[in-house]
Amino acid sequence: MSESLKKQNRELSKLNEDYATKYGFHDPVDYFHKGAKGVNHEVVEMISKMKKEPKWMSEIRHDALEVFYKKEMPQWGNNEILKEIDFDDIYYFMKPIEAKKDDWDDVPEYIKKTFDKLGIPEAEKKFLGGVSAQYESEVVYHSMQEDLEKLGIIFLDMDSALREYPEIVREHFGTVIPSTDNKFAALNTAVWSGGSFIYVPKGIDVGIPLQAYFRINAENMGQFERTLIIADEGAKLHYIEGCTAPVYSTNSLHTAVVELKALDDAYIRYTTIQNWSRNIYNLVTKRASAYKNSTIEWVDGNLGSRLTMKYPCVQLLGEGAKGEILSVAFAGIDQHQDAGAKMIHAAPNTSSRITSKSISKDNGRATYRGMIKIHKNATNAKVSVECDALLIGENARSDTYPTMEIDNEQVRVEHEARVSKVAEEQLFYLTSRGLTEDEARLLIVNGFMEPFTKELPLEYAVELNRLIELEMEGSIG
Amino acid sequence: MTDKQAILEFKDIHVEVEGKEVVKGVSLAIYPGEIHAIMGKNGSGKSSLSNALMGHPAYTITKGEACLKGQSILEMEADERSRAGLFLAFQYPLAIPGVTVANFMRASLKAHRGADADMSDFRKLFKAAMADLSVDQSFATRYINEGFSGGEKKRIEILQMSMLNPTMALLDETDSGLDIDALKIVSKGINKHQSDTNGVLMVTHYQRLLNYIKPDHVHVMMDGRFVKSGGPELALKLEDSGYEWLNEEKTGV
Repeated sequence: MSESLKKQNRELSKLNEDYATKYGFHDPVDYFHKGAKGVNHEVVEMISKMKKEPKWMSEIRHDALEVFYKKEMPQWGNNEILKEIDFDDIYYFMKPIEAKKDDWDDVPEYIKKTFDKLGIPEAEKKFLGGVSAQYESEVVYHSMQEDLEKLGIIFLDMDSALREYPEIVREHFGTVIPSTDNKFAALNTAVWSGGSFIYVPKGIDVGIPLQAYFRINAENMGQFERTLIIADEGAKLHYIEGCTAPVYSTNSLHTAVVELKALDDAYIRYTTIQNWSRNIYNLVTKRASAYKNSTIEWVDGNLGSRLTMKYPCVQLLGEGAKGEILSVAFAGIDQHQDAGAKMIHAAPNTSSRITSKSISKDNGRATYRGMIKIHKNATNAKVSVECDALLIGENARSDTYPTMEIDNEQVRVEHEARVSKVAEEQLFYLTSRGLTEDEARLLIVNGFMEPFTKELPLEYAVELNRLIELEMEGSIG
Repeated sequence: MTDKQAILEFKDIHVEVEGKEVVKGVSLAIYPGEIHAIMGKNGSGKSSLSNALMGHPAYTITKGEACLKGQSILEMEADERSRAGLFLAFQYPLAIPGVTVANFMRASLKAHRGADADMSDFRKLFKAAMADLSVDQSFATRYINEGFSGGEKKRIEILQMSMLNPTMALLDETDSGLDIDALKIVSKGINKHQSDTNGVLMVTHYQRLLNYIKPDHVHVMMDGRFVKSGGPELALKLEDSGYEWLNEEKTGV
């Protein structure tokens, strides 16, 4: 790791410690608890100044805030739950470390129990519980960082990337998801903090998956994280973020923006598993641009939260580009997972595949909301959509809203949707082999998820299965 | 023989499905080392009887008693009956998408051995059982019964039986859907499983399975009741003469 990068990292970790004196807030705790809720130009300006950002980024933020003010709330998804969000009752930037220190007692008991059951180490528990902003994985992160640097790969948190590689960030930032895209993308653009930045140079194949886990200390799990990943021509990478443990935050709004760009012949796979605590509104905009003969794969797992609205998208912009979205959602008590996928075919010979799996349990609700758009010039486009919903219990609910706009006749589109229940016959078959009814149900659910879990690295798959087991036992919450 | 304890004994069993009585009072005792066959036409109640004995929630035993090695099983759930040593080879085995045969088998065996049991011998046992039943190794990673032919499903049922090694096996129409080669393989598996400490009850429509597995006792079921019991020769007579003569015998015409 370069000396300058180390310095930057040190500075970054200090950022929260002394900004109060630097920026004149003498009592940060008071400030954050009493005066800083809500978003306005002053808050945006302060975030930007705190980060010592270039003027152009500051302007982007302020412009985005105007867009946020003007944009209506989405008219789809779950309006009832969306209405619960009080934008004025939310903090829009990281709280200082000082304010976090003693909050462990405030972390809900069910979250703590889940950590114990998942066997999460103490230090990590505090981080995931939103109590600590630091997780001691720096050593691993730094040694990996050196290897990556030799190949010219940039893997930083977004704040550092903006400081160290402003030109690359400026060239790509907001080009896949402009702030005008939707109200929440605008909000994120105005107040973003943290997130990952990756650039892989031409022809480089990053052999190992890049895991955000290794740089947890660098604020990757902020409420408004902003991620930008660029694979230059012929480059290949797999990025993994998230973890199966529930992430608790007293701030109830999580609004991320993730932009991916695969240039000609490049390959990006983006794997996420997120498990938010039950107070979180998780409203994420994820979109990728796929150029000529490139491939984008979203592997997206959603658990927890009060409401999740997330529809990863691939814009197939270059001839021969491929997009794949594999998603799974688990909706438990009082939860609504409104997840789906979007494929925009805007070039000939492009192909896409969507596999969506959802499980609704108790009164949980899972919605698949999909959009396939085939532009006039997208001759020979191939599309395959498969939606599979599993209902557990009489009150579980599943809905499917597939939309297709097809402006070219020479295309092949396949769509399949299935809703199933855990059948009594299947349960009997398994219990007749000695499994208890709970074990049988779990095996059926794990089987249902298998097309998803088999795409995960082993440790994530094991964790996910364990988590599903806890969810099925009803022992979480 | 009567000094010994029956492996499975049931008395005056009545079974209802959706409020309709389909088994109307049957009794039987199966002793160690014995193979029994229940024969009967479709709808005679023989499959209902085996499902009810295994504890299928849709088949309610409204009257009677049933004991496995002297222990009453009627209050037990299906999984408890299984762990107590009862096994049902299904007439129509269910597909469980995403669950491989190996995982299914491992989960079943673990359920029998207990949560903390050592499973290090699993692969070896599983491979050997597959070889015995001429099941291709590739089946280990296929999803159980998904896209399997009728014969493959039945072979996997017998594979499960041989791994779980139940003291009492109920085989529900295990011969249906089998070609002659598969029938031989499956029969070999059943014969290999059978010992003088356990029991087998086969439920079948046709006699042909009995060419390969010799039953000690044959019971004919009609309209929810056993109407005739005898030795293996009874199966042969049914093959030759069908079931009609029993009807006449029953009604006394």
